[in-house]
Amino acid sequence: MEQSTAALAPRGFDLGQPVIDVDIHCNVPSAQALFPYLSAHWREYIAYSAFKGPTDTAYPAGAPTTALPGTRPAEGGPPASSLALIREHVLDAWNVEVGILNCAYAVESLHNPDTAATMAAAVNDWMIHEWLEQEPRLRASIVVPSRVPEMAAKEIDRVGGHPGVVQVYLPVVSEAPYGHRRYWPIFEAAARHDLVVSLQFGGSPGNPPTGSGWPSYYLEEYVAMSQVFQTQILNLCVEGVFDHFPTLRIAMIESGWTWLPSLMWRIDKDWKGLRREVPWNMQPPSDYVRERMRFSLQPLDASPDPRHMLTLIDQLGSDDLLMFSTDYPHWQFDSPEEALPAGLSPTQRRKILSENARDFYRLSKQ
Amino acid sequence: MVLAAERTDVARAKRRLAVIDCDIHPNLENPGVLDKYLSKRWQEYRKGVGGRGFAGSYYPRAFPNAARTDSHPPGGKPPGSDLDFMRQQLLDAYDMDFGVLQPLLGSGGLRNLEWSAAHASAVNEWQIENWLDPEPRLRSGLVVPYEDGDLTVKEIERRGKHPGFVQLMLAIRTSEPLGRRKYWKMYEAAEAYGLPIGIHFGGQGGYPITGAGWPSYYVEDHAGMSTAFQAQVISYITEGVFEQFPGLKVVLIEGGFAWLPVLGWRLDAAWRKLKAEVPHLKRAPSEYLKEHFWVTTQPMEEPPRPEQFLEMLDMGPWMMDRLMFATDYPHWDFDDPFEALPKVKLPDGFEAKVMAENARALYKLPVRAGRA
Amino acid sequence: MTVQPVTPPVARGHNFGQPVIDTDIHCTVPSAQALFPYLSAHWREYISTSAFKGPVDTPYPSGAPTSALDGTRPADGGPPGSSLQLIREQVLDAWSVEIGILNCSYSVDGIAAPDTAAAMASAVNDWLIAEWLDKEPRLRATMLVPTRVPEMAAKEIERVGGHPGIVQVMLPVVAQALYGQRRWWPLFEAIERHNLVASFQFGGASGFPMTSSGWPSHYVEEYVDMAQVFQSQLLSIVSEGLLDKFPTLRLAMIESGWSWLPGFFWRFDKVWKGLRRETPWVKMLPSEYVKERMRFSLQPLDLPRDPVIVQQIFEQLDSDTLLMFSTDYPHWHFDTPEEALPVGLTEAQRARILYDNAASFYGFS
Repeated sequence: MEQSTAALAPRGFDLGQPVIDVDIHCNVPSAQALFPYLSAHWREYIAYSAFKGPTDTAYPAGAPTTALPGTRPAEGGPPASSLALIREHVLDAWNVEVGILNCAYAVESLHNPDTAATMAAAVNDWMIHEWLEQEPRLRASIVVPSRVPEMAAKEIDRVGGHPGVVQVYLPVVSEAPYGHRRYWPIFEAAARHDLVVSLQFGGSPGNPPTGSGWPSYYLEEYVAMSQVFQTQILNLCVEGVFDHFPTLRIAMIESGWTWLPSLMWRIDKDWKGLRREVPWNMQPPSDYVRERMRFSLQPLDASPDPRHMLTLIDQLGSDDLLMFSTDYPHWQFDSPEEALPAGLSPTQRRKILSENARDFYRLSKQ
Repeated sequence: MVLAAERTDVARAKRRLAVIDCDIHPNLENPGVLDKYLSKRWQEYRKGVGGRGFAGSYYPRAFPNAARTDSHPPGGKPPGSDLDFMRQQLLDAYDMDFGVLQPLLGSGGLRNLEWSAAHASAVNEWQIENWLDPEPRLRSGLVVPYEDGDLTVKEIERRGKHPGFVQLMLAIRTSEPLGRRKYWKMYEAAEAYGLPIGIHFGGQGGYPITGAGWPSYYVEDHAGMSTAFQAQVISYITEGVFEQFPGLKVVLIEGGFAWLPVLGWRLDAAWRKLKAEVPHLKRAPSEYLKEHFWVTTQPMEEPPRPEQFLEMLDMGPWMMDRLMFATDYPHWDFDDPFEALPKVKLPDGFEAKVMAENARALYKLPVRAGRA
Repeated sequence: MTVQPVTPPVARGHNFGQPVIDTDIHCTVPSAQALFPYLSAHWREYISTSAFKGPVDTPYPSGAPTSALDGTRPADGGPPGSSLQLIREQVLDAWSVEIGILNCSYSVDGIAAPDTAAAMASAVNDWLIAEWLDKEPRLRATMLVPTRVPEMAAKEIERVGGHPGIVQVMLPVVAQALYGQRRWWPLFEAIERHNLVASFQFGGASGFPMTSSGWPSHYVEEYVDMAQVFQSQLLSIVSEGLLDKFPTLRLAMIESGWSWLPGFFWRFDKVWKGLRRETPWVKMLPSEYVKERMRFSLQPLDLPRDPVIVQQIFEQLDSDTLLMFSTDYPHWHFDTPEEALPVGLTEAQRARILYDNAASFYGFS
């Protein structure tokens, strides 16, 4: 029987304990909203030129998956631009102890490095002042000009010490895979501040998001995004990033995770035969994945048979990998009861709902 | 390495089930061998400017010709270039019913499309004369200049009816995602001729090999090839290729298969919400996936615990009718027919289907005389 | 109509009546084995046992008529440009070359694994020093660097950039990013500090197509298209402020062509006037930067043999110092050696092109 194909307004669900939501989107309403955080030069540039901020988005405004009904603020502005609604729809509705904001503002699509750096800094200042300082339950991922890693490192050093900042946001579609040495200044800076580095759905560096060029449909791009995460995982492992940065932790946000077991089988097998080329790896890639990476729960991409989800979790080889997320305001599950796989053990539940994230992001105990 | 003669005896003794190898790589003794099948213009072109590929896109294989060290024929010829040695080391040694060749000579990735077409034709003639005619157990893929639809159709019309060709031969990384209209003339002809689209690991389309730019190491190229396969499967399905060409079948060669069921769920989950964009899809994506794709087994999936292989099968039970055994001879990651299947109690009928019967049905191959 | 096959002429020299400086002589690594004396055991083993035998890409397919003049293939079977003996005969002696600069188009920029690229670049540099520079005082060389990782490139410059025979760094013009961008700063910093010239050269194996609309089908297209890549690089170098950041940096464009420069200057200067707000560090006309800090090797001329047009173009270039003589041996550009120079040059123009501009730019006393 075909399931409902219309999204319903967001509802929460009492999961029996406070939860940590590692993926709450927050959107910049307009370039003007950033004006208090921009110098006169940039305000003038925005006012007089055709530049009004990045034009690319991983989430087309009209796509059904982009925003649940009722998430658009009455006063105007895009979905997820209102703190009041996020309190209502997420923090209160799900009994969220800590929620991590992810702002998909595509500075990597800006080729002018100073524009990218300036806009990134403005977004971070906006998040700190208008979100973190207004709501103690919130934390944030900071946006960085990833095309120029040295400038990204500077931005991390500028705001990475703020107590509400827990993570660096890197779009998963990038110019080169993130394990490449050119990006190491980002990992160095993140390690200095003990921040998690996250790879997140989307990215507009100018490269096509597949190895065979540009897909025709958003549906294709959307589904194919998991392959970009797969590429990045392998690259981060074999380039020796985890060997070089012993405290580095990487979160995969909105990547899916059901493909992870099959990926680990393949990359471990290949690595055994080809590891001569990458002698700095002291262990197979899957061990690095389990030790240093975590995955947000949504999208589940669930099998119709709930037993398969439990099998897949078992095949991950660790109960520490998954972290609860609503991915608000994106349409993932039809009813909030479906947000969590059924049949988890109490330990698995507790870990997924809060303890894995608490540990990974070094959040204090409730 | 056990000597071929001993292996044959062992094979005959052990053999209860037929073996069809769906991925064998024949090689040219040297590039000049193709001249016999090229016009003068193209002979000179080959020796002149020659094929231009995509500069800066190569990841050196771990072994010359990516070959296992014992597969070099006597006399110094490249691995896979000597039919007698291949008979000895592979076809006879494992008492195979049939073997399907996949020549990896890069015809489809040549940027000069006329040359791509001439090269493809030459390779096909070379296959017929040196492999298909002399060895009745061999079949092959018809090599085509797949980046040009008209030239591809010409080659299909020229040789598509030859009984030795059981499918078309493409590489998985192409200039555009394979579901796109640019490739539909090829699918129309392939469907009409009853030829599946065989797509093998490798190839270059002119883009960085991943959706995140250029990786550094061959292990990423090799292991990461599964990401290329996934993106192409997504393209085939979302572009509605199987609505346009309901008889079309696609064979995925050397891309792995454990990712298949999971991809089906992901496709369905997204399509359920975004289906307004793709009204040409009349059914859930996973249904097209189950019906239209075949997959070869090499490299065999090796989960840490063998019983997890069964779990994977349970997630995609339809794979039992779609998996087809392959060795990838003579490459270094060769799967031995005796060793490749996981050491676990496989479902009834699995071994027979995977080792031969699925391929026999897809490629319409006869039962061998004398077989039960 | 059948096209008659075209064959390149025999390599011959010409006496211009004065010593010349040849800024583009190609020297070719004969094989990976030739580099073994300059590679560690690890890399020798890797080359022997894996499929890696050095870079697979070349900007000059061996069978293309433009790649090698007749008579340039050494008797011992190596590729054209691999024999010191022939280069002495056919270039240094034949053209009265006082100083010749070797350019080795060994595509380390096409090697993805960073340590492999670095090892091969070092090996080629050591080979150039030991087997060419140490044996022939008239030669100088352009060193290779692993461009995909600019920090590693800088390290290689630290290692051999101080050798008196090394005058320049090889940067293929087709690259993974435009050279004006900040990621290249460590590389240019090292180049400037060692007082070397940064040269952009025909070719490059970045993996990206060399046009903005993808990959051309034919070599002849790539060959002609290359000039546009040089133009893109000039736009980047000037607009990004590289020349302001590195105030003594000098750049040579090798095998780029230069007859397109006037039109390029006019457009760049005009557009800059309207859009300069975005690049406030550019303090003078872009064309002034090019004239001040860059030089161009003479081949290919890409000019008609019409003295009036030649002088017009020279006037439009508005600079006497831009051009430096090159044979681009062993590549085929001119049919007869007399045609190596544009027709109708004045005495002064001739002397500057044949010798003075290069002597001054490279600091040859």
